[in-house]
Amino acid sequence: MNALAARRRHPAAILLLLLLGLVTTGGLYSLLAPKPAQAATATADDVNAGKMLFLANCATCHGLHAEGSKDAPSLAGVGAAAVDFQVGTGRMPLAGPGVQAASSTKIKFTDVQIASLAAYVASLSPGPAIPDDQYTKGDGNIAHGNELFKVNCAMCHNFAGSGGALTRGKYAPSLRNVTGTHIYEAMVSGPQSMPVFNDANLSPTDKNDIISYLHELDKNKNPGGMNLGNLGPVSEGMFIWVFGLGLMVGAAVWLGAKAA
Amino acid sequence: MSNTATPKGATGLRAKDVKPEPAKGGGLAGWVDDRTGAAKPVSYLLKKVFPDHWSFMLGEIAMFSLVILLLTGTFLTFWFVPSAGQVIYNGSYVPLKGIAMSEAFRSTIDISFDVRGGLIMRQIHHWAALMFTVSITVHMFRVFFTGAFRKPREINWVIGTILSLLAINEGFTGYSLPDDLLSGTGLRAAEGFMQSVPVVGSYLAYFIFGGAFPGEAIIPRLYTTHVLLLPALIVGLFTAHIVLVAVHKHTQYPGPGKTNDNVVGYPMMPVYMAKAGGFFFIVFGITTLMAALVTINPIWLYGPYDPSPVTAGSQPDWYMGFADGALRLFPGFFEFHVFGFTLSLNVFIPSLVVMPLLYGIAGAYPFIESWVTGDKREHHLLDRPRNAPTRTGLGVMAISFYLILFFAAGNDLMAIKLGLSINDITRAFQILLIVVPPVAYWVTKRICLSLQRHDRDLVLHGRETGRIVRTAEGAFFEVHQPLPEHQRWALVQHESEKPLELTAAVDANGVRRPGAFMERLRGKVSSFYFTDSIDPVTPAELAAAHHDGSAHEAIEAAQDDVGQGWVGQLHGGAEELPETDAYTPHEHEHEVDPDPTTAR
Amino acid sequence: MEPTGADGGDPGTALGLDQGHTEGGGGLPERFANPGLPPHVSRSADLDEHAAHRAERQVAALFGISMVATVIFLVAYFAIDQNTYRFVPGIGQANLSNVVLGVSLGLSLLCIGLGAVHWAKTLMPDNEVTEARHPQRSSDDARAEAVETIMAGGDASQLARRPLIKYTLGGALGLFALPLGLQLAGSLGPLPHADLSTTFWRKGMRLVRDPELTPIKASDVTIGSVFHIMPEGIDKSHDFLEEKGKAAVLLMRLNPDDIKIAKERDWGHDGIVAYSKICTHVGCPVGLYEQQTHHLLCPCHQSTFDVTEDCKVIFGPAHRPLPQLKITVDAEGYLVADSAFREAVGPSFWERG
Repeated sequence: MNALAARRRHPAAILLLLLLGLVTTGGLYSLLAPKPAQAATATADDVNAGKMLFLANCATCHGLHAEGSKDAPSLAGVGAAAVDFQVGTGRMPLAGPGVQAASSTKIKFTDVQIASLAAYVASLSPGPAIPDDQYTKGDGNIAHGNELFKVNCAMCHNFAGSGGALTRGKYAPSLRNVTGTHIYEAMVSGPQSMPVFNDANLSPTDKNDIISYLHELDKNKNPGGMNLGNLGPVSEGMFIWVFGLGLMVGAAVWLGAKAA
Repeated sequence: MSNTATPKGATGLRAKDVKPEPAKGGGLAGWVDDRTGAAKPVSYLLKKVFPDHWSFMLGEIAMFSLVILLLTGTFLTFWFVPSAGQVIYNGSYVPLKGIAMSEAFRSTIDISFDVRGGLIMRQIHHWAALMFTVSITVHMFRVFFTGAFRKPREINWVIGTILSLLAINEGFTGYSLPDDLLSGTGLRAAEGFMQSVPVVGSYLAYFIFGGAFPGEAIIPRLYTTHVLLLPALIVGLFTAHIVLVAVHKHTQYPGPGKTNDNVVGYPMMPVYMAKAGGFFFIVFGITTLMAALVTINPIWLYGPYDPSPVTAGSQPDWYMGFADGALRLFPGFFEFHVFGFTLSLNVFIPSLVVMPLLYGIAGAYPFIESWVTGDKREHHLLDRPRNAPTRTGLGVMAISFYLILFFAAGNDLMAIKLGLSINDITRAFQILLIVVPPVAYWVTKRICLSLQRHDRDLVLHGRETGRIVRTAEGAFFEVHQPLPEHQRWALVQHESEKPLELTAAVDANGVRRPGAFMERLRGKVSSFYFTDSIDPVTPAELAAAHHDGSAHEAIEAAQDDVGQGWVGQLHGGAEELPETDAYTPHEHEHEVDPDPTTAR
Repeated sequence: MEPTGADGGDPGTALGLDQGHTEGGGGLPERFANPGLPPHVSRSADLDEHAAHRAERQVAALFGISMVATVIFLVAYFAIDQNTYRFVPGIGQANLSNVVLGVSLGLSLLCIGLGAVHWAKTLMPDNEVTEARHPQRSSDDARAEAVETIMAGGDASQLARRPLIKYTLGGALGLFALPLGLQLAGSLGPLPHADLSTTFWRKGMRLVRDPELTPIKASDVTIGSVFHIMPEGIDKSHDFLEEKGKAAVLLMRLNPDDIKIAKERDWGHDGIVAYSKICTHVGCPVGLYEQQTHHLLCPCHQSTFDVTEDCKVIFGPAHRPLPQLKITVDAEGYLVADSAFREAVGPSFWERG
């Protein structure tokens, strides 16, 4: 019998075994469990800078403590993801009153400023964080992303992400040439009329698959020719009446006209 | 004849050759004629004369599109699998790899990506289908607005109406075959329409779909309908349509040399064979170029049909748009519960009543109009639309009704492209549907009447040349150029219809005549049609227009002074009609007569 | 100067136009007469041999382009790989095979047509030819003869004299089409019975995601979420798509205070509500959930349902509200159906009641 076996009935043996079990399980878990889809956390400096920016640009509508007002909703729980999306796509600060905030190419802030703002709002109350690159790269399963897109997204955004109408002048915008990060953030924060697709509904991998599908569409592969906006039979009908009939009637007029 | 002379060297060999006689129908043509006696009918057909106007080519576009559809469709049937059986995709299109789909969808994807030239064939087929329906529609409009449906062509009009209905249904069954998300949504709506039929709705839906929606029967049944039943009906009716055109001979626009008893144009051989044959290739070529450069029905983007997903902007192909628009506009409160049953008129009327009703009225129109006019003559000269203002107005009214329904189907795309509220657009269309057609009728009729008056003016007073002549007294007159008679003829040749005269509702003994009600109705409709009719200019009116008088002699003097260097007619007075004009008063010499009251 | 009539002959009562306003018959015809075909205008190719040669060369060039295009098609068919994409301005990444095959085929067809029409227009005779029409109707003699033939034949058949034949013939002809009709219609089916009124949902079935088929915990559903749902086990069904077409459900979570109807709150779970996704108009999936207005929009005909008011119709051509599915949670916290649908889902039908 060796030394270890001789001490097997020592009272500390149970404790040690438990500890061993916990350490092994914990280690295996941290090794094998899916990483949370979070980017690096912000520093306190970022939060302060964000607070200054927020008070200067956002507080007039969203309130001094982002509590909301009659003009704008509360930002409690929206998280860094929502801020990065809204400000990063130029939707916020709101350019003018209307049924919906439209995206814009005029982004008012630098990337650093946007990150600060996001950090500040995230510090106010917990919410979805800016996604990790791993899930926004768009290197996922395109076919699976297609399937998910059709069930969850196409009814508003159209089969090819060309956009669609909602009620009372609102609309689901075109998804052409949107970065993977912004797509992810929109899904997870549910901006304006868009529902929330949290990570329990569409997992980070699912979201990456959807991003992969949308980026595949961005390659603008049109095997049949001009896609007329990917809007379906309406644009095809307009084309045939204007150009198809126009060319045919033109040919008929030429045919019947006297030669020189 | 053979050369029997003795050889005299090479140059003499051909000296007595006889040139071969021109072909007298030997050879292959002779072989066929020996067995069919075809020489006489072929010669008759090749001499047939066709009038030349571009608007007569519209029906030809439809005919050629039909041929293109048959050719490309045959190609597609070799690769398309009309089955709803589920498979997992494993072809070359990456975004669908591993996805479950029906055989029909998979085979269509394969045609698009894995069969050489498959995509171009599919696209030619679908563009040709759109061209077919478009050209049928404009052809129908041309025939309507020119009154070509009048006797003896009523049968042909009815056949044409049926053909257009068959064509749009052929299109619907065709685009539903690939079983993609968009057309499958359309089939789902079609099942909803069937369910809404009173009493037998659920039975109708289950019988046609072979059970619950979607079922496995609908794709093969649509295939049979699309490939066999409807094409057979279309080809058969179209053949009757064409034969009738040949039997009746084509109509022609009124013009110099054209009467109701002749056809003026070019003969089949060689002109029309070249022109019509060439036009076939032009239509085919343009359709192919469209198919090469513009995507149509990208089913790989729509994805396979599943009852759960749906795309924003779900519309049918354009020719079903008016029915889709009707469904969007028809208010929901028209669903009633009667004695424990549900009567869904809000679905039944727009989906299953509007189409047969519109086409039925269209098909019946020739008989309505002939009842109204009481006209039993054959008509081979077309009407200029302005000369039939009520018919033209009614046609525009019907088209405006149709167009509002049609545009309503695109209300969501209008909303996103124009930045409007879809709810406002829908309300606006609902109101426009009621308001616009009668306004369109009235506006069109007034425009037609104005155009007729303009024609009268043109005949009576000629064209204003912009040249001003000053008489010796200082009066100014603009020179008007009278219309040459070949141009004038088209403006004066038409008949203006008058309302029918009513006979008394009671006869001499005070007994009510049978059929009096119908006759009164007929009289009322007839006056609705023809009360405002404007007569064409008569020779007497033209002569009277020349005889306005007061500055007659002064202008004669002016004529004299100016000499022969100009041709024109002075407005408000005497004129110099061209010598060739049948109504030139030959006795009118250039003589100055200071006293017009002196009889010569 | 004596006035003469328009033809230069006896004027009769012709009104001379230099005679002032005198009454008279005028001697003018009532209507204008057809002036006959306008004089023929020659084309340049009719008059000038050079122009004709030029036209010939143009026609030949068009036919030549067609031939070249055909050759391009034949070569490209084999030479270009199906999966090659190239940038084409206006199209983006175009499938090279489709574009080249299509354009070459199109040109080969189009140029034949253009050449043939140009040939007809420039070189073939363009003198208008007149063909006479004849009345459409047959002559009275022909009609009489036709009637005579038919009547004589009818008499010869003795049909009129033999009512027994007449009636049995009528019966046989009237009946013979029935088997054909019956063959087609009689095997149609199945009868719907109660199929339209029932769905796959049963009490206790878990709500699973479409298409992953994974169950959902109540805690997964946050406010503003929308989940697309199927009943658990539906994928094992033999009639998967048919059942899915009735059983598709939309799951949303609202703030319970926003829900105005008590029944809706009761049938939901803590603000989580489940409604049939099949539109009550004609059956399209009602997928568009507007998170802030709590409206559900159907993309087909724009029927709009208000989720705070038990999905009643607030706009559009639908009439009935979407049926609600009563849900609860099971022991492990997963959402389950607490009952089947209490009414028929989807579009209305006569016996729906």
